[in-house]
Amino acid sequence: MIKKNKIKIKVNGKNYLVNNNFSLNELINKLDIPKKMVAIELNKKIVDKKKLKKIILKQKDCLEIVHFIGGG
Amino acid sequence: MSKDKLIIANKGYKSRLIVGTGKYKNFLECSKSVNLSGAEIITVAVRRVNISDKSKPILMDYIDPKKITYLPNTAGCFTSDEALRTLRLAREIGGWKLVKLEVLGDKKNLFPDMIETLKSTEILVKEGFKVMVYCNDDPLMAKRLENVGASAIMPLASPIGSGLGILNKVNLKIIRQQTKLPLIVDAGLGDAKDAAEAMQLGSDGVLVNTAIAKAKKPYLMAEAMKYAVISGRKSYLSGRIKKSIYGSASSPKKGII
Repeated sequence: MIKKNKIKIKVNGKNYLVNNNFSLNELINKLDIPKKMVAIELNKKIVDKKKLKKIILKQKDCLEIVHFIGGG
Repeated sequence: MSKDKLIIANKGYKSRLIVGTGKYKNFLECSKSVNLSGAEIITVAVRRVNISDKSKPILMDYIDPKKITYLPNTAGCFTSDEALRTLRLAREIGGWKLVKLEVLGDKKNLFPDMIETLKSTEILVKEGFKVMVYCNDDPLMAKRLENVGASAIMPLASPIGSGLGILNKVNLKIIRQQTKLPLIVDAGLGDAKDAAEAMQLGSDGVLVNTAIAKAKKPYLMAEAMKYAVISGRKSYLSGRIKKSIYGSASSPKKGII
């Protein structure tokens, strides 16, 4: 059952329910993600990290949040 | 010798050894090995942030990107699209343009798919990236990469992680002679001898990951690689003697008693 004031989004392959009118900035803060160390893709488009506050999440939005790990 | 620097995309580096940061037991072992190797450039991968467990340490806690150059790599990408997506994200994380492109075509041997690699290089260069390109030890392909604007040519010595060492010295020499771009031998080096040999062929540098990370004593091997690269470079610059099938005594004949 979908609550009226909630929307369903996907972050790194996992489903999340967030409030309507939730900004991407609020989500990143809520998830406690250090902005300087990540890149964010919203529906396969790279997000300008300076504009996070302006982006309001929509139903079925798909986010990928990536960072650097050890690799060859 | 202090002036003999590795220059990539107009930036100078004292160390000619680039190390990968994969396959280590933990970040501490990785960062200590990087330190001991003296490397100023490390390769890193781009992966999803672990959102459910943020207490886990991250690479940047151990290796400061202000002190060591992070070289984002597209390891694990099998198509041009995947590689482009990865590197565009990498640029967004750090804001730097120096990247390592690696588009694989074969899951068993991890050989590069040179058609996809060439295509990706061209696009990335147009987007302003400085692209160091992992490639086959094929002089013609290396030339093509150079023609589309690669910043460094990185031919394999042998398959990634194989430890087989340099399989085709002749091709690497030909690539060395035909290009003024930095030539970094990447993949397959197994020990210090292999690294020194790559440098003696005239390479500008080598990239090593598995040989250090999977050695029984990674710290010792990190140091061994550091000295091998310095040694191989100096040996290359020194102009070695000609080989002869006859002996030539080292002591003078004059004054023999």
